[in-house]
Amino acid sequence: MCETEQKKQVTPRVATGDRAILPEGAKTIPVYIMGKKYEVPETLTIMKAMEFAGFHFLRGAGCRGGICGACPTVYRMAGDYKLHFGLACQTVVAADMYLAQIPFFPANRADYSIDEIGGLPEAIHALYPEIFRCVACNQCTKACPMDVDVLGYISALKQGNIEKAAKLSFDCIQCGLCASRCLGEIPQYHVAQLARRVYGRYILPNAEHLKARTAAIESGYYDKMLDELEKMSKEELEKRYVEREREPDFAEVGSWKPEETRYL
Amino acid sequence: MKISYYPGCTLKTKAKNLDIAAVASLEALGVEVEEIERWNCCGAVHSLTADDLIHQVAPVRNLIRAKEMGADKLVTLCSMCYNTLARANEMMKNDPVKRDTINRFMDEEIDYNGDIEVVHYLSFLKEEIGWEKLKSQVKVPLTDLKIGSYYGCTLQRPTEVGIEPLGHFELMNDMFTSLGAEVVEFSAAAKCCGSYQVLSSLPGENNAAAVVINTAAKEGVEALATSCPLCEYNLGKQQQQMQDKGKIEQNVPTYYFTQLLAVALGLDSQLCHFELNDKKSLALLEDKNYLVAA
Amino acid sequence: MTIPISDHSLSLKSIEEINTLSGESVKVCMQCATCTGMCPMAEEMDFSPRKVMHFVQFGLMEKLMDINTYWKCASCHACSVQCPRGIDIAKVMEALRQKVLRKSKNYIEPSQMSKEAIAEMPQIALVAGFRKFTS
Repeated sequence: MCETEQKKQVTPRVATGDRAILPEGAKTIPVYIMGKKYEVPETLTIMKAMEFAGFHFLRGAGCRGGICGACPTVYRMAGDYKLHFGLACQTVVAADMYLAQIPFFPANRADYSIDEIGGLPEAIHALYPEIFRCVACNQCTKACPMDVDVLGYISALKQGNIEKAAKLSFDCIQCGLCASRCLGEIPQYHVAQLARRVYGRYILPNAEHLKARTAAIESGYYDKMLDELEKMSKEELEKRYVEREREPDFAEVGSWKPEETRYL
Repeated sequence: MKISYYPGCTLKTKAKNLDIAAVASLEALGVEVEEIERWNCCGAVHSLTADDLIHQVAPVRNLIRAKEMGADKLVTLCSMCYNTLARANEMMKNDPVKRDTINRFMDEEIDYNGDIEVVHYLSFLKEEIGWEKLKSQVKVPLTDLKIGSYYGCTLQRPTEVGIEPLGHFELMNDMFTSLGAEVVEFSAAAKCCGSYQVLSSLPGENNAAAVVINTAAKEGVEALATSCPLCEYNLGKQQQQMQDKGKIEQNVPTYYFTQLLAVALGLDSQLCHFELNDKKSLALLEDKNYLVAA
Repeated sequence: MTIPISDHSLSLKSIEEINTLSGESVKVCMQCATCTGMCPMAEEMDFSPRKVMHFVQFGLMEKLMDINTYWKCASCHACSVQCPRGIDIAKVMEALRQKVLRKSKNYIEPSQMSKEAIAEMPQIALVAGFRKFTS
């Protein structure tokens, strides 16, 4: 008992290092990757543990930072029926974990032009009528590695509330685990993406200052400056970069103005 | 008085004329309406096979939401939502095996055993407001309106969840009498409008709906009132096409009963969103001088 | 119409299956045709509800898989509430639909429907229709 606790202290349960090297004093644990048993260091993420075990990722690995949605993984602990879901790059292995990655799930993605479909919920209904096959089983929400209320945003869309759906689905990383679990064969994450696009294009008010800035760019206001920069040598550019004016950290809002004001 | 209210998906878009008029009317009658949080689609139809429990999960989840809010009653309006919620509730109350399976499956939710009472808006009006009080609140009596209370299927069948026994239409009839309208009983009041068969039939080719409209017209009904967005779609929105195809002889404007309730209570006619009804519906009410603008 | 009944066409297993799915006992039907009289969709059906009940009583599954009656049923329960034998006929119709749908065969394909029709219909029509017509 004591021995185990000591070991836990020297090897915290976090993923360390960027290569699959067994850290000194690390304990290995058994995990079952696609049904086959491997002994892997207990501190690794699922992705690194798989590489440690000899797997090479050609697909199913992207940013390795928990944001690209390429490495969704399903796992189950020995002796328990409950399925768990996570990203291979973020989830630390545990002893007697049975796992498989589902890097892609063939979910229907509708063809549309955002400028033509208009901003009404009926446009989304017409492109994805399958949302009306939802039975509210909530497996999608249970499967989401980003804790998105998937049933909540599908319900919101059925109720015609695009704004609610866009906001509820904001953290979605398009991994597709929701669709893999759906009884109604709904591609939730594609529907949510459409909702956010419609929300951005038709519902969210446009930023006025962005309009002004875009107009300035289009009128050629910055062309001279860009031409100048383009013609500079690498050394000159580096010098300019190092000498650039910077707003001091923690400056009060509105308390600082650069000396160069030509392009403000 | 405060009530928990389940609106339903269609009432938030195409049938907001049903929803907004209903909520505004209750508020005018001194009732505070609280929409339950995080509700989902009720499922629209009760699943009829003995072993199919997954399709009962959607209505049960809404009943759990009501319970979480501390409600003992859930008032609802759309006939299909009412039917689906009430039948699932009966199942959870009376079938311990199915109840147990569903509770086990929904392991992320609190257990539910059928302890919420699902109440239709019309029953609530009668029980909690009463026809006498309603009568006293009428600002614009619907004098001369020959109204037919159309219940369709899901307010009456199956009998265990019917808001009234078969062949009785007193709830809506009494409401309209209180509002000053002339109630016309007609023999198609509980005939099916064709329901979801609209998905498999061509526009305007719905014979079941044509039977309802023709019967109503023949038996002296001037306008129909319903509580179901699918009935309104089949009878109201499709009426022009049915007329174009010669399926119906005469136009019968179709309303949600809550729109006419709001009109009689003298509420701003904008609240009733008549623009979502058939054009002729608004014209009839204007002819009769019922409408009040804010 | 005459339906030849033989060891080959009559299937006790099918009768049992429909009884289990529907939770009803089809043998108690006495063929009075009240269901057909009440049915608002009867004229669109190639076989009336009474005839379908008869087919089910004999377990004529092959025949039943080939007709449109239960696809035209609107689940309005007009038959069920009037059946003098207390059979919930709407449940028998649902059992027949489920017999097909559970093999992943759809009666209508949502992706083949016109976008205009979907955009125009109330949500409850789509939810109800997809539950009755898709697997």
